[in-house]
Order: sequence, then structure tokens, then C-alpha cells
Amino acid sequence: MLKKRYAMVIDTRSCVGCGDCVVACKVENKVPEGFHRDWVVEETNGSFPDLNMEIRSERCNHCENPPCVYACPTGASHIKENTNITLVHHDLCTGCKACIAACPYDARFVHPEGYVSKCTFCDHRLEQGLKPACVSTCPTHCMHFGNLNNPFSKVSRLLRSRKWKVLTPEAGTKAMVYYLL
Amino acid sequence: MNLKEILVTTNKNNHLIDPQLHIWGWEVPVYLFLGGLAAGILLVAAMAIVYDKKKQLPYSYNKLALFAPISLSIGMLALFMDLEYKLHVFRFYTTFQITSPMSWGSWILMLFYPASILLTLATIREGWPQIYKLIKNIPLIEIIIKFSEEKIKLISYFSLPIATSLGVYTGILLSAYVARPFWNSSLIGPIFLVSGLSTGLAFVLLFTKDSSEHHIISKIDFGVIILEIVLIGLYIISMLSGAKIYHDSIHLILGGQMTTKFWVLFVGLGLFTPLILEFIELKGKVVPKAIPALLVLFGGLIFRFIMVSAGQISTWVVR
Repeated sequence: MLKKRYAMVIDTRSCVGCGDCVVACKVENKVPEGFHRDWVVEETNGSFPDLNMEIRSERCNHCENPPCVYACPTGASHIKENTNITLVHHDLCTGCKACIAACPYDARFVHPEGYVSKCTFCDHRLEQGLKPACVSTCPTHCMHFGNLNNPFSKVSRLLRSRKWKVLTPEAGTKAMVYYLL
Repeated sequence: MNLKEILVTTNKNNHLIDPQLHIWGWEVPVYLFLGGLAAGILLVAAMAIVYDKKKQLPYSYNKLALFAPISLSIGMLALFMDLEYKLHVFRFYTTFQITSPMSWGSWILMLFYPASILLTLATIREGWPQIYKLIKNIPLIEIIIKFSEEKIKLISYFSLPIATSLGVYTGILLSAYVARPFWNSSLIGPIFLVSGLSTGLAFVLLFTKDSSEHHIISKIDFGVIILEIVLIGLYIISMLSGAKIYHDSIHLILGGQMTTKFWVLFVGLGLFTPLILEFIELKGKVVPKAIPALLVLFGGLIFRFIMVSAGQISTWVVR
């Protein structure tokens, strides 16, 4: 089976920072109070009155070169077979927090039940042929999700036709959440 | 005019992660200190045996090894307390993950115990006669003691790479994280090893009653502290000459929030003061014996606290 390279492509020009993606994730994944698997960053550059703003919906980047998986001493953090989705086996996790230290995006946290938790790209929804909850909910349709190994997927076409960036490419993680500029 | 003024606002406020990573509290630096101390102790004890220094270094030869497994066990207890899912601790030993320094460390610890315990048993009759009396009736113990006495050199030779691995591992545990630029230097492993060796030597200085042993160990520690200072200097130079992210992160100890702790408590009190005191002592002047040793131990502990906390502050994320 050809590997699925799942990517999320987010158009920073259409995002208004409403936070619906955050709420959708919390509800869909029953994220405990006080924790977030995804979040919105508003970055303002410049000095008044000459300003520019970028709004980004951020989460685990499901890196193709995931330092969290390499750091995990028990194999709890792993890459789902034939994909680039990084997941955590709750039963294997000791809560040593090596993966949290290893993530340049600070995308992980310790679930109150003791294991480490984070965005799963809504793996359970993908299995049903649905899109991640945040993408499905986005009212401005600025979020796109698909397989980069399919050259005709929306995400592939967007990345070919628009300028984009990923977060901290210098860290060598090969992040799979792309931001259209 | 500043064109690069950046303001970042976010809803993200995860416990232990935001606004600044603080996943590792006192437990991890205490573990790294006691692990390094155990490595240092085993290195000194094994070296004393390898070089047949029973007469010159009686404490190191006969008594010291016992403290290696004790120190490591207290350290591992601290590490255990840090685990968020304590019931799953056995998961470290149901697998081996080749890319994970922590997995390597877990298995190195399992080699460290037999080596250090056998080395303790090899000298227990002479070194700790009271303990020998207590344990001699345990079945099979006499056979194990006899075996370790016969193979004392071989056990010492095995102990050297095992202790070295443990010492280096306590550093690599931190340096392997690309996400934390302050830790991400290959010099951290050697620095932790040398610092661990220095605390091991200080441990001998604190407890030996033999004045010639005190003198020899003091001389060795003097050299080891100089080596540690050189490595710390090289680490700072390598960070300063690295990419912007490394440059920014080393600023934490060069004007940033960890500067006073690093230079006054660690470099000043923990390295230079014992170095000067040991120098004065080696020149034949009287210095209270425990002071340089206690300062080295204090320096080793505070160094690990500073490293663990500074590394968690250093980040790629713009806040």
C-alpha cells in the first residue's frame, strides 16, 4: 500500500482567528479542561501604525522526521503504519515526558490520567472517511486536509499554486502542517 | 526604528508547557546528580583496583564501591517520582528503542547494578566487615563473594565502560533534544561525565581518613576540575559560534536570567573556589578538609539544576 502523507494546509489569509477549530477539537476529542490539542496564534509584526498580522491555527505537525518518536523510550510514541501520523499508545506511556522535551512546537501535554496526549489528526475520523474535526468546522474554509502522495488532492494543488511555509523548518522535523502566505 | 517588533497572543496555556516548559522539576536534576555521582564513584573505585592501589588508596579500593548502587538507587527513586504514569514504569524494560537515549539509559542502569554490586562484594570482607557479618548467612552469597574476589580485576575492567556510559548518558539525555537549543550540544555528555567524576572524587575526599589518599585524590580532582572548566568554556564558545538559535539560548547564562546562578553558584562556588582551596591544600597549607569536597558536590548539584531549568527555557517557539 502506498504510504499516505497526510498534510494540513491552512490559509493564513482567510483565517480570522475565531477559535472554532479549538472548540471543535476539545469537543470531538474530549480534551480535559485547561488543555488544548490545537490553539490559535496571532502574531503581529511591526510598530503602530505600520503593522501586519498573521493568524495561525497550530497543533502537532505530524512531522515526517518526528523527534518525539525518536525520544520515546518505550515505543509509546509511534508513527501509524503507512502514514505520517504520530500517535501515543496510552498503555505503553510512562509519562517520562521525553517526547514533550523533544517537540520543538510544544504540542504535547500530560493528560490528567498520566499519559502524554496531543493532536491525532483525528485519526478516528479519518478511518471513517471524515476530515479532522477542526477542518470540518472551520467557518472560513481556510483549513484543508489531504494526502500529499496524491498529486490531485486539494492540499497538493494548493502547495503547488501558493506560497507557503512550515514552522521552524531549521529543526529538521519535516512538519506536515503548512501555512499559505 | 524597530521593524521587527513581534507580539504573539494565543489561547494555549497547557499545564507544565506554557508559558514556559517546566515538565522536569527537582526530581530530574537530583537523578542526574546522583547518577553522575554513582558513575564517578564506580570509576574511582574501579581505577583504584585496576591499578592495584590498595595501599595508597585504601578507602577507594575497599569501601567506595558500596556507595555507587546506593547513590544510583536514590537517584532512580527521584526519577520514579517524576514519572506521571508510575504504574507503567516496567514499560522501560519490555522494549529497547535504539533512537531513544532514555531507553539506552534504562538498560545501562541494569548493567550498572551487577557491576557495582559485584565490585562491592569483592572487597566487602575487608571494607565493610559489619555488613559482611550481616549478609554472610544468605544462601549463595559466599559463592558470589568468592567469585567476585577472584574476578575483581575483570569486574573492574567491565565497570569502567559501564560507569563511563552512565556518566555520559546523564548528559546525552539532555543533549539529544534538538527542540531545546541550550542542551543541544555534544559537549554536554563529556561535561556531565567529568562533573560526575569530580563529585565521585569529592565523595572520597569527604570520607577518607587516610591523609596520603586525601592528597592523591585531591591532586586528581584538581586536574579534573580544570578539565571541567575547559569543557564548559568550549561549550560556551561552540554555542556562541553556532546558529542564531544557539546564540540566543546561551544568552541565558551570558546576561539572561540564569547568569548569576551559573557564574556565582556553579562556576564561582562550585568550580573555582574548590580549585583554589585544593591548590592551597596541595601547597601544604591547612584547609578544612571537608570544604572543597562539599563545594564540588554542591557545584555538581547546582549545575544540574541550572542545566535542566535553562534547557527548558530555551526554545524555538516565538513567545
